[in-house]
Amino acid sequence: MESWLPIALDIASWLFMGTGGIFLIIGAIGLLRLPDFWSRLHGAGIIDTLGAELVLVGMMFQAGLTQTTIKLALIGIFVFFTSPTATHALANAAFVAGLRPLKMSKDESNQKAKSK
Amino acid sequence: MFLTALLALFLAMVLILLRLFAGPTLYDRVLAVNTFGTLTVLLIGLLGFVTERPDFLDIALLYALINFVTTIAILKFFRYRALGDTNTDMGPH
Repeated sequence: MESWLPIALDIASWLFMGTGGIFLIIGAIGLLRLPDFWSRLHGAGIIDTLGAELVLVGMMFQAGLTQTTIKLALIGIFVFFTSPTATHALANAAFVAGLRPLKMSKDESNQKAKSK
Repeated sequence: MFLTALLALFLAMVLILLRLFAGPTLYDRVLAVNTFGTLTVLLIGLLGFVTERPDFLDIALLYALINFVTTIAILKFFRYRALGDTNTDMGPH
């Protein structure tokens, strides 16, 4: 009667893991190919949130309602909150150290900082 | 399906390693190390599923925690040149 359930779980797992893997590769290509540190942060953001979360949800479908799912959810929640925090700290440290985006001269950014 | 995800993961890790070795500035390298740590968490979890030992997820959870602390510690060291008491004459610059 419920013989369709494992097949449905497998299909859902395939979907989530495939999409997550595609997003991992897209983010890695972005991290490699984008021209600037500030634009490379976006590639890292794709990997950290969308790619990792989709792969974790795909693993959850395979684990079922067990303790494993709780651990996977903990990992997902932790990655979801800490990776934007780490990226923000990194961007802040780079800006303080004097790194500026392309097409933005240092004088321009100093004027913005003074006008605040 | 785990092997497919592992394949995509390995490809992404190789690309990020290229950026890690080629990164022009210091912060590019820190970003690549941070992202590589996130991918390592996924790798440990997927290896646990492939070898049918889900206990690996504890290690993955611990690795996620250590990865975040490591990034913050590296950034703090770059900024203050010290990891312990930063209440010296140097201060934030």
